Amino acid sequence: MNNKRKKYLAFPYVLWMAAFIIIPLFMIIYYGLTNRNRQFTFENLTIIAEPSNLKALWLSLKLSTLSTILCLILAYPLASILTKIKMKNKSILVFIFILPMWMNFLLRTLAWQTLLDKNGVINTVLTFFHLPLINIINTPGAIILGMVYNFLPFMILPIYNTLSKIDSSVVDAARDLGANEFQTFLRITFPLSLPGVISGITMVFVPALTTFVISDILGGSKILLIGNVIEQEFKYANNWHTGSGLSLVLMVFILISMALVSKYDKESEGNIW
Amino acid sequence: MVKKTAQRFYIILILLFLYAPIITLVGLSFNQSKSISRWGGFTTKWYTSLFENDAILSALYTTLTIAFFSAFIATIIGTIASIAINSMKRLPRTILLGITNIPMLNADIVTGISLMLLFIGLHYTLSFSSVLIAHITFNIPYVILSVMPKLKQTSRNTYEAALDLGASQLYAFFKVVLPDIFPGILSGFLLAFTMSLDDFVITHFTKGPGIDTLSTKIYTEVRKGIKPEMYALSSLLFVTVLILLILLNRRTNKDKATDFTKK
Repeated sequence: MNNKRKKYLAFPYVLWMAAFIIIPLFMIIYYGLTNRNRQFTFENLTIIAEPSNLKALWLSLKLSTLSTILCLILAYPLASILTKIKMKNKSILVFIFILPMWMNFLLRTLAWQTLLDKNGVINTVLTFFHLPLINIINTPGAIILGMVYNFLPFMILPIYNTLSKIDSSVVDAARDLGANEFQTFLRITFPLSLPGVISGITMVFVPALTTFVISDILGGSKILLIGNVIEQEFKYANNWHTGSGLSLVLMVFILISMALVSKYDKESEGNIW
Repeated sequence: MVKKTAQRFYIILILLFLYAPIITLVGLSFNQSKSISRWGGFTTKWYTSLFENDAILSALYTTLTIAFFSAFIATIIGTIASIAINSMKRLPRTILLGITNIPMLNADIVTGISLMLLFIGLHYTLSFSSVLIAHITFNIPYVILSVMPKLKQTSRNTYEAALDLGASQLYAFFKVVLPDIFPGILSGFLLAFTMSLDDFVITHFTKGPGIDTLSTKIYTEVRKGIKPEMYALSSLLFVTVLILLILLNRRTNKDKATDFTKK
C-alpha cells in the first residue's frame, strides 16, 4: 500500500480518540464554566479559593511534591545500579517492577494499613530490635508512603530506560579526559538522563496530585486532598458543575507538566518506558 | 567489593519495599481471623469458600472479560493506527501522537469524569459497555507506544521485496510486516490487559450501579472490612501470573540458547 492510502487506516483511531478523549474534555470545560441553569459563570473556578478547597489543593501539592522528590531520590540510584548489572535477559528486570501491579492496587495500599498499624508487622519487628516505633497511619506521612509505594515503578522505569541507552564511550571519554566519577555524573550522565527524569517526575507527580484513593485508605478519610474533594462533588454531592470547575483548576497543573515533558522529551515518538 | 555489597543491599531493600504488601496479603489469605491487624492462626478455608462466593466470582468474571476485550480491541485499533501514523508526514504524526499521550499523562480522575459526563450527556446508560469503552480508550495509547518503536525498526525493503516478488499487499503485510512487529503487539496487549485489570478510578466513574469489577468491589468493602476471600483470590491471581512469567522466561532463555547454537 502506498503511504497516501495507508494513512486512512488511522480513521477508526482518530474517530475513537475524538469521541472519547477530545469531546469528553470539552464536556468538562462546558460543565466547569456553566451553572445548573446553563448560564456562563466563573463561579466553579473561583470556588477553589474557599479555605477548605484551598487547603486541600495546598496539601495535595505539598504531598505530591514531597513524594515525587522521594521517588526520584530512591529511583535514580536503583536505576543506575540496574543498568550496570550483567544479565542475559534484561527484560525480566523490568517485569519485576511491573509484577506488583497484578495484585490489585487497592489491596496493596490496604496492606500498608496492616503493616503500619500500631501493633502491625513493622512495629513488631522494630520492637524486637528495640528500635523506636513508627506511628504514621492516618497521617499525611502514611499518604506520602502510599504515594511513593504506588508510583515508584513509574520513576524507576523511564530513568532506567534512558540510562541504559547512554553510549558508554561518552562516559569513558569523560573519564579519559580527566573527569572524576562525580564530575562525569554531573556533567555527562545526569544531563543525558534528564528526559527520563522529567518523564518520571510527571508520571509520579500527576497521579499523586490527583489521587483520592490513597488518601482515603491511608489517611483514615479525615485528610482531604483535592482529588477527594472532586470525587465527593461527583459521587455524593452530585454537583457536576463544581466538580468540573475544580477539575479544570487541577488540569492547569497537569498541562504544566505535559508542557515540560514535550519540551524535554524530544524523541517522544514511542517508548513509554 | 564493599560497593557491590551495598548495591545488592539497596536493590533488596527496594524490592522488599515493593513486595512487602504483597507478602502481607498472601499472609492475610491464610489468616483465621477476619481482622487485618490480628493473626488468628493458619487456615486455608478462605480458598475453599472463595469458590462458593458468587459475588466475588462474578466480579472476577467481569474484570477479566473487560480486561481481555478492552485489550483485544485496543490492540487492533492501536496496531492499525500505528501503521497509519508511521506512514504520515511530520505534522499530522506529531498531532496524533500528542493526542495519544493525553490519556496517559492526564489524571485518571479527569479521564474518568470526562467520560462519565459524555455518557450522561448522550443519555447512554452507565453499564458494562460504558466501562468497556472507557478501558479501550485508555488502553489504545499503550498499544501504540509498544508497536511504534517496532514499526520503526522494520525496514521497508523486505516489505517492498515481497511486493516485487508478487505478493499482494495484504499477503505481504501478514507474512512480512506482522511477524516483525508481533513482539510489540504482544507486549502492547499484555500491558493493556494489566492496566485494565489494575484500574480503579476510571471504572469507578464510568460504571453503572449493577456491575462491579474486583477493584470497585474492594473499594466498597474497604470501610466495612474486606472479605478474606478477596485476599485468597488476589493471591491466586498473583501466583498464577508469577508462574506464567517464570515459564515464559525459561522458554525465551531456551530459545536464545538454541538460536546461539544455530549460529
